[in-house]
Amino acid sequence: MKVSVAAEKCVAAGQCVLLAPAVFDQREEDGVVVLLDETPAPELGDAVRESAMVCPAAAIHLAES
Amino acid sequence: MNRIVVVGASAGGLATAEALRRAGFAGVITLVGDEPELPYDRPPLSKQLLSGEWEPGDLELRSATDLDALKLELRLGVRATSLDTSRRRVLLADDTEVSYDAVVVATGVRARRLPGTDGVAGVHTLRTLPDALALKERLRPGRRLVIVGAGFVGAEVAASVRALGADVTVLESGPVALGAAVGEAAGRYLTGLHDEHGVRVRTGAAVTAIAQAAGRVTGVELADGTVIPADEVLVAVGSAPNTEWLAGSGLTVHNGLVCDQYCAAAPGVYGVGDVARWENPLFGTTMRVEHRTNAAEQGLAVARTLLDPAARRPFAPVPYFWSDQYGIRFQSYGHLRDHDEALVLDAAGHRLLVAYRKDDRLVGVLAAGGTPKTLRAWRALIAAATPWTAAITSTAA
Repeated sequence: MKVSVAAEKCVAAGQCVLLAPAVFDQREEDGVVVLLDETPAPELGDAVRESAMVCPAAAIHLAES
Repeated sequence: MNRIVVVGASAGGLATAEALRRAGFAGVITLVGDEPELPYDRPPLSKQLLSGEWEPGDLELRSATDLDALKLELRLGVRATSLDTSRRRVLLADDTEVSYDAVVVATGVRARRLPGTDGVAGVHTLRTLPDALALKERLRPGRRLVIVGAGFVGAEVAASVRALGADVTVLESGPVALGAAVGEAAGRYLTGLHDEHGVRVRTGAAVTAIAQAAGRVTGVELADGTVIPADEVLVAVGSAPNTEWLAGSGLTVHNGLVCDQYCAAAPGVYGVGDVARWENPLFGTTMRVEHRTNAAEQGLAVARTLLDPAARRPFAPVPYFWSDQYGIRFQSYGHLRDHDEALVLDAAGHRLLVAYRKDDRLVGVLAAGGTPKTLRAWRALIAAATPWTAAITSTAA
């Protein structure tokens, strides 16, 4: 799985960080998403997929391998 | 379970369908929507779309390729007209019907209108992409826009079009913007932002009629006899759930589709998104949340319950919303409405931090101009139903 984020769409809700803190973080100043790991380990797959589904800005994109 | 019909093809409906597929559901998913466009996102309508920062294509929730991969039976541009729960069928406006083993009601809300304004040119509401494009087309520097209602939609539009140079007046019936929802102090902050940016706000303004000539709006009449001249009027006075099509279904409708804590309205019938009034056990009350984040979370929760009913769990989220106005981002966690106390913890410069109490516990927080990450600590306190005194003490430290 390869993860990409559209930072210009991010609304800083932080839902992804709550679900998958090993993969996503937020910038200190404005809360915009920071991608920590663009090829997360398989065991993180479900949490990352859930992050993409609930992201209120549809700013997380997944390419399943 | 072979056939699931999702009625409503916006954020909540699409999230439900996507979650079903991602969880391995191999049956037929029919996604019905009354709008012809592929599912698009609504929050940017009053922000980036109106300001011209984004094009309509930037609003798509999923690319055509990603949608194809979900293998949905898409029925877009056709409205559901009734639900037959005994025969388990959804009837559509083109006189076809779709049978289901389970149906998800995600028909959302529509913008309320003012009586007597249908068909008057220049009177707008904002809920759909065509609504936003129609408003945008009419706005240019110097044009006079009067916005009826200083809620989040009205305020975001004011901020977006003010940046385009339009002349904007906001009419609010209460003493401050959104006072009932967020409390007086936060309402004053919101009202003050308009002032700072050259947008006139008239509070205590009771609109009695839309003035018109030859079928086109010319102004807004107030109860005190004043007429505010307008080239365009945006009516932003809240929304109404789209539940009329459920009449005769036997489902309970009371300001939304009434659901239990699992978002079930009846056996095989679930509610998702703005239209659903469900019992949130975290707050011990029923709520209907008209915010984007909830639509996706609720869709995901309902999809899980549909596929594994034995493992179902109550849907007990901490609701979240954000709003962007004049370059300032508001964020909120929790259930602010019906609060007993709104305590201002920070109001320095453009910062705002308000905590909300209901009975003896912390139920919500609203912040602006701060660092979004710090709000996560508040969210955790709300999720843990932290007693008020403990919450205020711990966050002050």
